[in-house]
Amino acid sequence: MSEPTTDQFSRRAFFKGSGAVAAATMVSSEVAGQDVAASPNATRLIKGMTLKVNGKQYTIENVEARTTLLDVLRLRLNLTGAKPVSMDGSSGASTVLIDGRPAMASTTLAASVVGKEITTIEGLPANDAVPHAFVADDAQQCGFCTPGFVMAVRAFLNRHPEATDEQLRSGLNGNICRCGTYANIIRAAVSIVKGEQNG
Amino acid sequence: MADTKYSWPASHQAQLIGKRVDRLDGLVKSTGAAKYTYDLNLDKQLIVRALGCPFAHCRVVSVDTSEAEKVPGVVVVHLINAPKEDGPVEIQAQGTLIAAVAAETEAAAAEACAKLKVAYEELDVFVDDHDLAAAEAAKRTKAAGGGIELDEALGEPGDDDDESEWEDKMIQRLLVESKYVVEGRYGIDAITHCCLEPHGSTLQWEGNKLKVHLSTQNVSQCDDGFAAALGITADEVDVHCDYIGGGFGSKFQPNYWGIAAAEIAKKAGRPVKFMLTREQELQIAGNRPSGYIDVKLGADENGVVKVWDSHHWGTSGFNGSTVSVGTVPYVYKPKNIRRRATGVVTNNEPSVAWRAPNHPQACLLTQTAYDDLAAKMQADSFDIFLRNLENIDTPEKASVYAEEMRIAAELIQWRKYWHPHGKGHKRGSVVDGLGIGIHKWGGTANTSSCLLRIHPDGGVESYCGTQDLGTGTRTVCAMVVAETLGLPVDAVKVNIGSSTYPFSGASGGSTTVGAVSESHRRAAQDAIAQIFEKVAAKLDVPADQLEAIGGKIQAKGYGDKAMPWKQACSLIGIRPLEVTSNYQRGTASPLSNEGVAGVQMAHVAVDTDTGEVKIKRMVAVQDIGLIINRKTAESQVYGAMIMSIAAAIFEQRINDPKTGAFLNSELDAYRLPRLGDTGELVVHFHEPESERSRGVIGLGEPPAISGIAAISNAVCNATGVRVPTVPMTPKRVLDALRAAKANA
Amino acid sequence: MNNFEYAQPQTIPEAIELLATADNNAVVLAGGTDVIGLMKRFVVNPDRVVNIAEIPELQRITTDDTGNTWIGAAVHLDQVLDSRSMNAFPAIKQTIQGISSIQLQCQGTLVGELLRRPNCWYFRNGHGLLADSGRMVVHGDNRFHAILGNRGAAKFVNPSRLAPALISLGAKVRIAGPTADDERIIDLEALYRTPRSDREMENVLEPGQLVTHVMVPRDAGHLSAAYEVRHGEGPDAPLAAAAVSMSVVRGVVRGAKVVLGQVAPTPWIAAGAANAMLGLPLSEELAARAGMESTAGAMPLSQNEYKIQLAQVAVKRAILRAAGLDTGDIPSCMASAELI
Ligand code: FES
Repeated sequence: MSEPTTDQFSRRAFFKGSGAVAAATMVSSEVAGQDVAASPNATRLIKGMTLKVNGKQYTIENVEARTTLLDVLRLRLNLTGAKPVSMDGSSGASTVLIDGRPAMASTTLAASVVGKEITTIEGLPANDAVPHAFVADDAQQCGFCTPGFVMAVRAFLNRHPEATDEQLRSGLNGNICRCGTYANIIRAAVSIVKGEQNG
Repeated sequence: MADTKYSWPASHQAQLIGKRVDRLDGLVKSTGAAKYTYDLNLDKQLIVRALGCPFAHCRVVSVDTSEAEKVPGVVVVHLINAPKEDGPVEIQAQGTLIAAVAAETEAAAAEACAKLKVAYEELDVFVDDHDLAAAEAAKRTKAAGGGIELDEALGEPGDDDDESEWEDKMIQRLLVESKYVVEGRYGIDAITHCCLEPHGSTLQWEGNKLKVHLSTQNVSQCDDGFAAALGITADEVDVHCDYIGGGFGSKFQPNYWGIAAAEIAKKAGRPVKFMLTREQELQIAGNRPSGYIDVKLGADENGVVKVWDSHHWGTSGFNGSTVSVGTVPYVYKPKNIRRRATGVVTNNEPSVAWRAPNHPQACLLTQTAYDDLAAKMQADSFDIFLRNLENIDTPEKASVYAEEMRIAAELIQWRKYWHPHGKGHKRGSVVDGLGIGIHKWGGTANTSSCLLRIHPDGGVESYCGTQDLGTGTRTVCAMVVAETLGLPVDAVKVNIGSSTYPFSGASGGSTTVGAVSESHRRAAQDAIAQIFEKVAAKLDVPADQLEAIGGKIQAKGYGDKAMPWKQACSLIGIRPLEVTSNYQRGTASPLSNEGVAGVQMAHVAVDTDTGEVKIKRMVAVQDIGLIINRKTAESQVYGAMIMSIAAAIFEQRINDPKTGAFLNSELDAYRLPRLGDTGELVVHFHEPESERSRGVIGLGEPPAISGIAAISNAVCNATGVRVPTVPMTPKRVLDALRAAKANA
Repeated sequence: MNNFEYAQPQTIPEAIELLATADNNAVVLAGGTDVIGLMKRFVVNPDRVVNIAEIPELQRITTDDTGNTWIGAAVHLDQVLDSRSMNAFPAIKQTIQGISSIQLQCQGTLVGELLRRPNCWYFRNGHGLLADSGRMVVHGDNRFHAILGNRGAAKFVNPSRLAPALISLGAKVRIAGPTADDERIIDLEALYRTPRSDREMENVLEPGQLVTHVMVPRDAGHLSAAYEVRHGEGPDAPLAAAAVSMSVVRGVVRGAKVVLGQVAPTPWIAAGAANAMLGLPLSEELAARAGMESTAGAMPLSQNEYKIQLAQVAVKRAILRAAGLDTGDIPSCMASAELI
């Protein structure tokens, strides 16, 4: 293999509007120098884990290596917007943004996101259009799936700010809603696209 | 006040009722701030995980907890279905909880559960609910009722006739005399409730008092459930539920795991959170019975069904019941019917109520056969469904059905897209088709009490022990009170979701909006009447000539004789005005009613090469009496239609035929529709004044019924072939197409 | 899940060292979309988890001077989708788009997708990869199981959605380990195998080995496409899938590679389907004939015969799609009745 040339990603559009994220770089891994990060040494217990969530630094004592990000958010930081619904992320209910990219907190180890910017639904700006559009179009019933859906729509619109109805239908299939709110979720997302176009 | 005449404002006068109002808790939910039972973290709480039985039928011989106890972080190991002195415990459904572990972390609790050593003795398993012959051979059936009703015109058996032989002869004769006879087998598999927030509680003891956050649709009565099981009195139990992540009929009880949670908390002396895992939620926390039918019907030359002869079966789990015999045939009721039902005992957890219990299955089992009649006649299904309205079990609704069918047909462009079954245009391997289903529901208002407190400074708060399942109950309460007091909707502080509030019935059977509309309208009318009395003297207008509107109390029609709300409230005195009013289920009332019709139509595309079924458009036309919040009411119907799509095309419980294991109890394998699977959905409320004037009628169940039949019928219209059992998976569609080809 | 040692190496040699010293009981973590769920279900119980996501070398898509594209093991699916270097390979893009879950596309990695463990419900419910030497599947519910290559104990299907597309395009993988100097580049299809016993995995990786890159060979001007038959939209397992890469000169097929997915314990190279097309003008009939050939030798189990037809249709439609012809199916994500 000869000298590689790096492929340029267009990541700007992706981060646009996602709030918390500045400029995380792809190629240089930006890992904080804590217990787990810089050293290849394996560890079972992270004595003091520092996570950056919604712009704030938290230090969490004694985190077992197996602990998922979802458990840390919900049980240690009391940020319970992301929901535990499926073991394997099939439902998308635990969706958060990690360095601006959507991921399921339920299938993410807390240790693996040390040094990254984690944005949960609680960290969306108060004027973020998505939650408001969900209210205006009543895109929720019991609401248990809603935070995950809001985060997925946010991530999707960051990536496809001009998304059409059809693109939404073929891109937002990572979440499950049991109450059946899909029709209004599409409406809400489309209304945001239209609003942004007008404004 | 006894002489208050309860009523709803006329539609042209209503300020809020019937309008589109954002749900009050909308932003709390969509920003993740709403705290569900699962989300409540109590100080020093332990996390509980339970071990579910891996076998569908077995005896638990022994449970060795020693290894589990050694897992770091474990505080309590608690036996649930473990052998006692009187011997082993029989388990009849996979997932039944054997023991639970409370630990400092969820991972530790789960690890300890995996380390419980349980000795099982496996027993024979039966899960084959669709195969009646196999069930009979395995002695796994139970008679589940039946009967015969014959047209009086047929006369009576003679004195020498054996009655049942005579009846059988009559049925056979009617079938022979029929111009068209349809004989078919249809079916609908068992599904699970699959609430996204699993069943469970977060609870703690405060001395002898139990404080429970419970994911429940029955706040007002679960305190009794805990008390009875724990040997305390209901006043010592407070049940709270601000938000619930889905119930659908499965969350009426504390359940045995709720009781175990309380016992564990007592042992540990600490709060606990005990939520079922996803797998357990599907295995043991609620399922809907399956239904399969052998039916023969006979119709005259116009396609009017004259005789119905059926035997249906299915399973509700190990208690061995099936779809209630009285619901088949559904809505349509020919003059001559013979029906019989058989329950199949399978190794599954017993069913619990699911949105419109029995109706979706009965509707599918009936109206597929009616549609096959249309197919046989190469007649338009619309006409056959319309003509048969002459024989329905709610004859007074015939004209409502007819009108709703007409509206639905327009919305789905029936005339434009309809073609005889199997004779549509084919593009590539894709054909499309239209289908129809009709349904009924009661929807009476449940018992409900509301305490309304109006403060001398004008503040208004209401208290009611109901709950908001996602139907928008909170918003309905606020709208009703605000409308009555002439205030904006956010002026009312609504308090629900606690057993310490005035009693309100369980949210089941589409009874909640009726219930809270009754209690809140009554309380608000009673309260405003008292305020009118006080204002009357000041404004020198008779109390019965006052109205509350736009933040004022004013003389009807005379805006100049008016008093602002705050000022009016200052007349109350120094203590708040408190009114408690209630409604008793079953009492005739001008505010609520029961009995609705409803029509759904589906337009589908079927890929005949792959068996994929896609919804193009679905239409629901629904009468519900008086609509309170149009916005949330529409959402209810959308949701019900999507659930119908789920049952028609996607979801089913799959048991391993050998071991009985529930194979698809995780969401990666339990298929539910996703956002791209739902096509275009159209909701239309049928609300002429004749319907509106009936008052509030529940909406949760009716739109969740006939969509499944409509989709099945649409697939049959598209392909000309009946896919007998739903969900119509690609495999089933291809199997049906292949069988039809082989027969041709 | 059980607790484990967590390690986050910065270099490939460190990763290999960590994997090789773990007493045969380490797993590689990248996106986590598969392995974490399996650990929670106690199906995979590693004593060490090696997170390779932060190794800079693995985070890149690079093009070498012969024009081959190298995709590192920490590169996410959306990055592959967005990469200009993939524009020549519609089969890859279509498949990633078909996953249609923005979370899975952004969290999951390409290499992780290729190494996803089987979806077989007996495996995922804890009965082992072979589920009692295949007996549980044979006597149980096998509607989603293998129709090809299923004569041995292995009845599961390879779950990868990208493998057919990549194999059809001649992709290779670079395997590093078990020592720092060990490096092998093999055809992607050679990564997979059908296990004969419970001691074997569904791939050839030995303890201490790591797939570091996938190499997609330089664009040779071939037409390519993928087609999945799905039961509904989204990230759930398709029922059958096919990918094709072919060179077509003046309407005549000069070379083709057809690969089936979701039908056998490995991605299934349908040589017969490719041969059936050679030298013939591309047409719908020819695509259909290739489809028929693709399942030669299929041995359906008690409940999965329908998958033969699905595989055949997938092949036919992949070919038609590659050729830019109408596949005659339902437009996905229909929003309106007019769309047919
Ligand atoms: S709103 Fe209840 S699950 Fe989506």
